Amino acid sequence: MTIIATQSLTKTYGGGVTALGDLTVDVEAGVIGLVGANGAGKSTFIKIMLGLIAPTSGSVRVFDLDPVVQTDQVRARVGYMPENDCLPPDVSAAEFVTHLGRLSGLPKTAARERASETLRHVGLYEERYRQIGGYSTGMKQRVKLAQALVHDPDLLLLDEPTNGLDPAGRDAMLALVHRIGTEFGISVVVCSHLLGEVERICDSLIAIEAGRLLRADRISAMTAASDVLAVEVSEGTDELFDALTRLQLTVTREGRQLLVPLESESSYDEILRAVAELDLPLHRLDQRRHRVAELFTTKETADV
Amino acid sequence: MSDAGVIHDIGYQRYEGPRLGRAAVFGALYQHGLRASFGLGRSIKAKIFPWLVVGIVLLVAVINAAARAQFDVILFDYFEFDDTMSWLIIFFVAIVAPELMSRDMRAGVLPLYFSRPLRASDYVGAKVASLITAVFLLLGVPQFIMFLTAAFTLDGGISKVWEEFYGALLPGWAYSLLWAVLFASISLLVASLTGKRAFAAGGIVAFFLMTAPVVAVLTILPSETAQDLAGLASPMSLISGVQIWLRDGVDLGLDVGRFGPIYGIEAFCLVAAALLLLLARYRKVAAL
Repeated sequence: MTIIATQSLTKTYGGGVTALGDLTVDVEAGVIGLVGANGAGKSTFIKIMLGLIAPTSGSVRVFDLDPVVQTDQVRARVGYMPENDCLPPDVSAAEFVTHLGRLSGLPKTAARERASETLRHVGLYEERYRQIGGYSTGMKQRVKLAQALVHDPDLLLLDEPTNGLDPAGRDAMLALVHRIGTEFGISVVVCSHLLGEVERICDSLIAIEAGRLLRADRISAMTAASDVLAVEVSEGTDELFDALTRLQLTVTREGRQLLVPLESESSYDEILRAVAELDLPLHRLDQRRHRVAELFTTKETADV
Repeated sequence: MSDAGVIHDIGYQRYEGPRLGRAAVFGALYQHGLRASFGLGRSIKAKIFPWLVVGIVLLVAVINAAARAQFDVILFDYFEFDDTMSWLIIFFVAIVAPELMSRDMRAGVLPLYFSRPLRASDYVGAKVASLITAVFLLLGVPQFIMFLTAAFTLDGGISKVWEEFYGALLPGWAYSLLWAVLFASISLLVASLTGKRAFAAGGIVAFFLMTAPVVAVLTILPSETAQDLAGLASPMSLISGVQIWLRDGVDLGLDVGRFGPIYGIEAFCLVAAALLLLLARYRKVAAL
């Protein structure tokens, strides 16, 4: 199911700054990573989806609704977690999330129930009755996530949810986001400038750079074609190279390793057999899954 | 083993209940603002000042009512009550308006508000409405206490009570509402300019008090027109001027001459301008 569809979406701010240029992308339900450097246009894209700003040209549809015209219907189905600090220090998390639940149109008792339920889901229990001012950064991020979730949206827009967290906190937050996307059945768009972070939890990835679409695809499609086998032998690397080339394999050398694309399951056996025939001391043979980041680096160098 | 104390994780439940529209959201924000005005749902610190003001105002009303009931002395009527309390009203809005406006800006919650079915006009409207209600309650409730005491102690039966209600309390309430509308809209506009509560409070007090000397200077000018128009320079004397105009020349130590309607027009324009500026400001803020 397509949840977000844009057609040559362009946003130009006054003064001729192009934040988004000719962005055309279809986004499927699931956990989606929206990656790009700071200032690449991620936040602008989110604001347009929320109907906070109107696109200069082009169109965007969220759940097949136009955020500019059908703002209320879109916002009822979308939860937004901003990047910056957005919590008042002098109220408790339970009270604050209840208040925002009511502002999303939930009746009073429903808002209170949903608030404590979502706070529990993000991992805040007894602390939710304490004032937010005394919370750690990790707890504040959880409150921010809870307020985005309180009205049970179908889509969450998370702007840098791991900002300011320590490595353990990052892992916990990413696991939580992943759980929301898989167990809760809510689609999530995770904005980040850290590719390595989102690729762990996302089904698909949209990469933008300077307001333009770099690439949008499912993570599996991005990595499937790029699995390689790395072979390392203690000696006789050249002989093995020749032997493998004769087997019609495209072999590349990388330092002391030989990289062979994993085209079929038989590649393993062929390599092992070649090594055995040459009687070489095999150091290692492992499958290397390309990280998405590497795809972009090679692409960028190709562009130059 | 199924103990009663064990909380079972039943997983995430989708919400199937009703989702209310913008009117209900407006109501929720209004209620929230009204509660916040009196520090309800906030820490003890936030309650001290509003309730101090409420206490003083109530005390004055009770003393006034008692004096009238016991000794048949009217210290001040419903109109004079508002005028006498003017300083307290200024301090009340100087504390509460930043609590309603600057606090949201300071904490950065506005992006959370405006990513929900809530528009800049709803936000401004709800905040203005809650402060107007708060100030009106601050003045109207003591006035009502004064009326109740009078009603139970007045000689002359139900007709006298009706006369007191219709002829004195209702105009008094209307006057309180005028105070509330003017002071709420101006103080909220000042508060919306800064996220720092102390600055906002100072700015509000300054705005209302700094203008008073201007009136004093204008009233000693030799021109009679200048004297009649002097009251326009300050919100407090402006309100007095409107009262003089509407109550047909009651003596409040301010002479408005034949310029009464000008006072009315200025009061209206001042409120309208403050509200429009607020709206314009939040239109911009809502777009982040």
